[in-house]
Amino acid sequence: MLAKRIIPCLDVKDGQTVKGTNFLQLRQAGDPVELGKLYSRQGADELVFLDITASHEGRKTFTDMVQKVAAEIDIPFTVGGGISELADVERMLSAGADKISVNSAALRRPGLIDEIVSRFGSQVCVVAIDAQQDEDGTWTCYLNGGRIPTERKLFEWAKEVNDRGAGEILFTSMNHDGVKKGFACDALNRLASILTIPVIASGGAGQMEDFRDVFAKGHADAALAASVFHFGQIGIPELKEYLRKENINVRL
Amino acid sequence: MKVAVVKYNAGNIFSVIHALQRMGVEPVLTDSVEELRRADRVIFPGQGEASGAMHYLREHGLDVLIPSLKQPVLGICIGQQLMCRHSEEGDVDCLGIFNADVKRFVPVRHEDKIPHMGWNTIHLQTPSDSPLGGEQKSPFKGDLEGSFVYFVHSYYVPVCEHTAAVTDYIHPFSSAMHKDNFYATQFHPEKSGEVGQRILKNFMEL
Repeated sequence: MLAKRIIPCLDVKDGQTVKGTNFLQLRQAGDPVELGKLYSRQGADELVFLDITASHEGRKTFTDMVQKVAAEIDIPFTVGGGISELADVERMLSAGADKISVNSAALRRPGLIDEIVSRFGSQVCVVAIDAQQDEDGTWTCYLNGGRIPTERKLFEWAKEVNDRGAGEILFTSMNHDGVKKGFACDALNRLASILTIPVIASGGAGQMEDFRDVFAKGHADAALAASVFHFGQIGIPELKEYLRKENINVRL
Repeated sequence: MKVAVVKYNAGNIFSVIHALQRMGVEPVLTDSVEELRRADRVIFPGQGEASGAMHYLREHGLDVLIPSLKQPVLGICIGQQLMCRHSEEGDVDCLGIFNADVKRFVPVRHEDKIPHMGWNTIHLQTPSDSPLGGEQKSPFKGDLEGSFVYFVHSYYVPVCEHTAAVTDYIHPFSSAMHKDNFYATQFHPEKSGEVGQRILKNFMEL
């Protein structure tokens, strides 16, 4: 049976991981390649590297990092952040990334999804969606890392992304992100019921039970988290043992 | 040992080359008939589309060469599919090494998503109903039973006389195959962590 995936996410700025980590055993905790290797050894199923650099020089550093990850890490990885045109996708795939994730650029110009899919195949195309639930219950999609609201609504946009041929959707609930009280299981469950492509859940991981719920109640295909892993609050081996006991099929 | 990786218009072959380099093997990437014939091991990798790939192989005479190779050959993903008789992808005749035809997955339930993407387990065919000819001769050794490996594919090879391992997604299909000196995996050993590395190492040690 296909396993549910656990995906640590690393934010990278100027070639260094941004959020601090508690991994004392690493010589350079700030080195994304070293950290990625550690997660891979611990049983992470995939990795996501997000480039949060603004400068042109930083972009070059990020591409160098992607090449190093591809050479040294033997599990699949996705890169995102600042991908706005086909040339960016090409650069990341040539550097060795398995998948790329697009967010704001796809909201601004949805045809970009079709272009990526027809050129490189749907399996490389992850579309990230940041959305916030308003008081009336409506989920609104946001641009630029959650700073600018759009006219787009989550479920309609997710369906369109699905129908344009994207390979996966990475959904972050802005209401749940950083709160550590669990994932947005209701919205995730609805996404699972209307989509035919896998959904990666992001935002809200605080305890191991949250991961059980995101799979059992939210029917997500994968769960992504950052700080609970980086700060060592949850270890991937213990998490997977726990999920296995809770009858969630994970790779051990 | 001289290891050659077949160069053709398939995507992301660099991950195979990186995986070999991590094992201390420096492969050559080539579409030269002479160079491929001289290699000790040939790896036939790739992601991509079957009919376009077959077109490239025919233009370079590789459709005749590959089935005639005598050294161990390992097909990966689309490589395994191209080693079959025919593929539904682009309705194209393939290399005909394995007696099987490649089909597209058809979802049965809403949860059956295409492509089959992620980590799934492989189950080795027992020696009595497998053509392996003794497990020492195969890269798919007994300790790999039940191991998780990484898949990304929308087409599959049905279970057949050349199936070496079976994986269940929607229904059982051939996740590894073997016939004579030809071996193949539907999954990506180069992206399958320690298990994948072991399979590549086993192949090198055949």
